[in-house]
Amino acid sequence: MSGQSPEIDTAKINTAVAQATAPANDTPLLRVESVSKKFGDFRAVDRLSLDINAGEFFALLGPSGCGKTTLLRMLAGFETPDEGRILLGGRDIAPVLPHERPVNMMFQNYALFPHLSVRDNIAFGLKRAGMARAAIDTRVGEMVALVKLDGLEKRRPDQLSGGQKQRVALARSLARRPKVLLLDEPLAALDKKLRESTQLELMELQRRLGMTFIVVTHDQEEAMTMANRIGVMDAGRLEQVATPRDLYEAPASRWIAQFVGDVNLFDGEVASREHHHLTIATRDGGSIVVAEPRDLVGNTVVSVGIRPEKVKVSRRGPASDAGTSQAINRLEGVVTDVSYLGGSTVYKLKLDSGAVVRSSIANTARLDIDTLSAGQRVVAWFTPDDCVVLEK
Amino acid sequence: MMARRIGRMSPFNITALALGMAFLYLPIVILVIYSFNASRLVTVWGGWSLRWYHESFNDRAMLDAAWMSLRVAAVSATIATLLGTLAAVGLVRGERFRGRTLFSGMLYAPLVMPEVISGLSLLLLFVALNAERGFWTVTIAHTTLTMCFVTVVVQSRLASLDRSLEEAAMDLGCDPVQAFVRVTLPLILPAIAASWMLAFTLSLDDVVIASFTTGPGSATLPIRIYSEVRLGVKPEINAICTIVIALIAVLIVIASLASNLSSSEAKSAAPL
Repeated sequence: MSGQSPEIDTAKINTAVAQATAPANDTPLLRVESVSKKFGDFRAVDRLSLDINAGEFFALLGPSGCGKTTLLRMLAGFETPDEGRILLGGRDIAPVLPHERPVNMMFQNYALFPHLSVRDNIAFGLKRAGMARAAIDTRVGEMVALVKLDGLEKRRPDQLSGGQKQRVALARSLARRPKVLLLDEPLAALDKKLRESTQLELMELQRRLGMTFIVVTHDQEEAMTMANRIGVMDAGRLEQVATPRDLYEAPASRWIAQFVGDVNLFDGEVASREHHHLTIATRDGGSIVVAEPRDLVGNTVVSVGIRPEKVKVSRRGPASDAGTSQAINRLEGVVTDVSYLGGSTVYKLKLDSGAVVRSSIANTARLDIDTLSAGQRVVAWFTPDDCVVLEK
Repeated sequence: MMARRIGRMSPFNITALALGMAFLYLPIVILVIYSFNASRLVTVWGGWSLRWYHESFNDRAMLDAAWMSLRVAAVSATIATLLGTLAAVGLVRGERFRGRTLFSGMLYAPLVMPEVISGLSLLLLFVALNAERGFWTVTIAHTTLTMCFVTVVVQSRLASLDRSLEEAAMDLGCDPVQAFVRVTLPLILPAIAASWMLAFTLSLDDVVIASFTTGPGSATLPIRIYSEVRLGVKPEINAICTIVIALIAVLIVIASLASNLSSSEAKSAAPL
């Protein structure tokens, strides 16, 4: 190692970065083209394509074993795709070894070097890049200030708390100013309060540095909080790529509606169509009118999804003049369960058909005398706009 | 707390412990005490003296044998540590190579093989190769004996290391060789040092394999002692044996301290 002169190393990194970021016209920073990866007979990633733009905070969300970490490791260079290409700034990086990629990764267990101090951990990548000693000191100082680790530079990793280790890992992966930072479950090991504050700090950091962050997580709330866009993965495929809002309000499939947030589902068939409204005959909820601008060509077996917070509940149902021109869907049933969660209360209703519907109602007033209790007969209602038609 | 713990031990347990320890260490204690005996007769106590230590340092043949043993131990331990560490790296890191199970199984064979058989087979090999028996044949024989111990020790340390440490090093700009040298090697160094000392001690101890593979004029210390004792135990032998015991005890204590250090570091390196 000592045989290589530091200048050559810097030059190599710089050209790698320059090549990787050379602006090819309106191509995304990172393009994944029908990439597959098999382990034995198991397809971890299955012909997956994805574009990620410069400056984006992108989250890969999915249950464990869905292939999201494998995809991230292919971006870092620890796994090579069996098929397909990975383009960074228009250049295929599949054959580029991890240490030559302008990409850095923050590992799930942080992977801090136990034999090195905090300072040396952060400086590790800079020394390999052949930076001058003075420049390294400056950069390490910046990083330490950035992640608020002042005064801990001389500690060893085993003398740090979980949150401090997480910061060292972050500083170490940011120190080389990668074009893309990959974060593998970066907050999984932190407790809830620390996780929430760190989410906000990560977002702030990403905005300030203008870097592209790709974060892998199984925690949908984390993904929704931090990311500009979320890619939901299942069984090696991308099921949907959308903004947090679209993902929640317009899920692409029944599976995603259930995976992201809570949802009431009614299976049924399309009975009639009138302008932008479909009437769907459901097994458990009678006919439900749904606003649906899409044409469901040939697909009449669908599900209707309604998020619990969009289901209103009261003893008498909606006031007769509440309706505009819109038809309002009404379901009658009995309250079986009331869960008070502080910010909201979740009611479980048993419909006359036997199906269970959940309704979440925000507790906007401190003293609410008109609460519902178990055993009461109630009406649940929701508008056609609040329903989403789910195929598959 | 301490007193309660001892107090809880039944008289039976204390007796069993005392008898066991006496059985193991009484002969050694007697040997050490008699090495300071002033009398020429091994069995008669004639007061404290360092006379036999002085005499043994003037015994040319004994000193040559001791020097030979130290050289053999140092060289064979060094070669065994190098080869054994490489084997451990190959077995732990080269996950997918064919015959890995066979190799790691074969690794344990020399550990359980009777020394007479190992010695004899090596002797046959050296005779077949027409190699002149002496320093190098003993050294090679000891290397084959101790290498497997090194591999076992280093292998367990390597297996407990988090693989992502090397990946992190590569992610931060190390090629695979640099990642090994800068991250893995410092972390397994205590285990490597411990296994060197283990190999050194094993080599210093060995009589059987050495007597098969050594040649005229290149006796190791244990062989020399063994042949002297056959002509009658001289008090001088006690002194030499005490020195060897002290040396080995020191090395074993250092080795176990080093491997304790290494495993406590492994704990702190473990993910959270």
